Amino acid sequence: MKLPSNYNPADILLAGFSWLSGLLVLLCFGYLFADIFSNGYAHLDWQFITTAPENAGRDGGIAPMIISTTILLFFALLFSLPIGIFSAIYLAEYTSYEHRFARLLRYALNTLAAVPSIVMGMFGFAFFVIILQIGFSLLAGALTLAIMILPLLIRNIEDSLRNIPHTYRLNAAALGLSQVRTIFQILLPMAKHGIAMAVVLSVGRAMAETAALLFTAGYVMRMPDSLMDSGRSLSVHIFDLSMNVPGGEKAAYATTIVLLFSILIINAATVLLSNQITRRSPM
Amino acid sequence: MNNLPTISHLQIVPDEYRKAPNAQDVATLIEIKNLSLNIDQQAIFSNISIPIYSKHINVLIGPSGCGKSSLLNAIIRLTDFTKDAHLQGEILVANKNILNPNCNLIELRKKVAMIFQKPTPFPMSIYKNFEIPLKEHGVKNKIDIAAKMQSALKSVGLWKEVKDRLNKNALSLSGGQQQRLCIARALTLAPAALLLDEPCSALDPISSQIIEELLLELKQKYTILVVTHNLSQAKRIADYVAFMWYVNQCGRLVEHNEAAIIFNKPSNPLTSAYVQGVTG
Repeated sequence: MKLPSNYNPADILLAGFSWLSGLLVLLCFGYLFADIFSNGYAHLDWQFITTAPENAGRDGGIAPMIISTTILLFFALLFSLPIGIFSAIYLAEYTSYEHRFARLLRYALNTLAAVPSIVMGMFGFAFFVIILQIGFSLLAGALTLAIMILPLLIRNIEDSLRNIPHTYRLNAAALGLSQVRTIFQILLPMAKHGIAMAVVLSVGRAMAETAALLFTAGYVMRMPDSLMDSGRSLSVHIFDLSMNVPGGEKAAYATTIVLLFSILIINAATVLLSNQITRRSPM
Repeated sequence: MNNLPTISHLQIVPDEYRKAPNAQDVATLIEIKNLSLNIDQQAIFSNISIPIYSKHINVLIGPSGCGKSSLLNAIIRLTDFTKDAHLQGEILVANKNILNPNCNLIELRKKVAMIFQKPTPFPMSIYKNFEIPLKEHGVKNKIDIAAKMQSALKSVGLWKEVKDRLNKNALSLSGGQQQRLCIARALTLAPAALLLDEPCSALDPISSQIIEELLLELKQKYTILVVTHNLSQAKRIADYVAFMWYVNQCGRLVEHNEAAIIFNKPSNPLTSAYVQGVTG
């Protein structure tokens, strides 16, 4: 690198430090991936994905966990996405930023977002499993996950709605559009990338969750036969294999690879889908 | 500076509603009578009375911050979107006071269309920009929507330019085209009046000229009220001019008359200073 003759040492230092920080993050990330792949790759094959575990998970595959995780994720989003979108609409479109109820709601969401997941698990256990008598089940797990990802969904969707310039709302009103049409046909389509982003973050959060599921969805390894059956998620499987099953490390690493790729695929699919909506009915 | 008329010279002439001397027989579509706007106790403009003549171009001139745009917003009650905004007085649109709490705002905004300073097509296809408002107002049939869109786009001279790209995003159009699209979109609702808030200030001179020519054509059928900073534009298109100024940050009407009189023989020294470009 050629330095200008009148360079400022502080500038050089800042540039160098920023570059080093970036490199450090990339190295951590690279090491993590390399470690997971080198340890899990040998154990991973088609059979691993399509068969049931044997010998406490040391052998066999992870098919039931993939199914359980899919069900948990699907129902968690099914419960939380509508509530998330409508709460965000309330916050962004029906109240001013300083409104008392809105401030209270935001405060509650921030607190909820900061609650440790083990506490969420205890709450899910006490409320869904015991009080509502749902029992250890994928349903109880999905409901607990839904509550956990609500703050992420609401805050991100609210932000993307608030980022739409006010003139679009005035324009819609000047054209005599009802609020329903303005929100559903103009503002939500404009916020669709923000909504996709909120879903991506929530999926990541939900798929990584372990503690909250131990007490709600349970950790039996068999294939779940209904929403009311208990089931083990991929993350719980990784936790169990690495903590409780001597000799389960290889399977844990292989499961981690599957989990990481699932998150990558779901994220890519969400972004593609939000672009697809654009293309099909040109917004 | 010493020769300039100052605030102390300012006689606010038309305190009550009156038409221009030579326009007694010209019909008015909108009558603004003793209108005042306060936002959060702060007076934005006060005691404004202006007749808006049917099928003419009415122009509102004055310096920034004298409440011209707020006045325009008040006519279709967009001031409702501003917290603590309070309107007093009367705005008659086709003889009905639209400040009446029972006023049907959707009908009002269908009758009086508004074009904003910055062209704001919705960021979706050109077709959708027409479909959404038309569907809201009861036109559900695709053939009807297409026909109304086509005739509106033709009347703003945009049809030839966009007819092969109706499914393209409206934001892919140039600024001038976007503004004409917004005018066309407003026209599909068959309004009686068009309010335009500095419609050319974000456009290049050629696009501005196209819009000006368009307005001169549209005044055959529509009542037009334009807010502008641009005095030469006002001279080119105006039939009637209202001149606003501010006193203690509150907008007041100084003078209202035929364009020729305002630009050549205004009765108020402040008007004459402003239109000659001495102050403002």
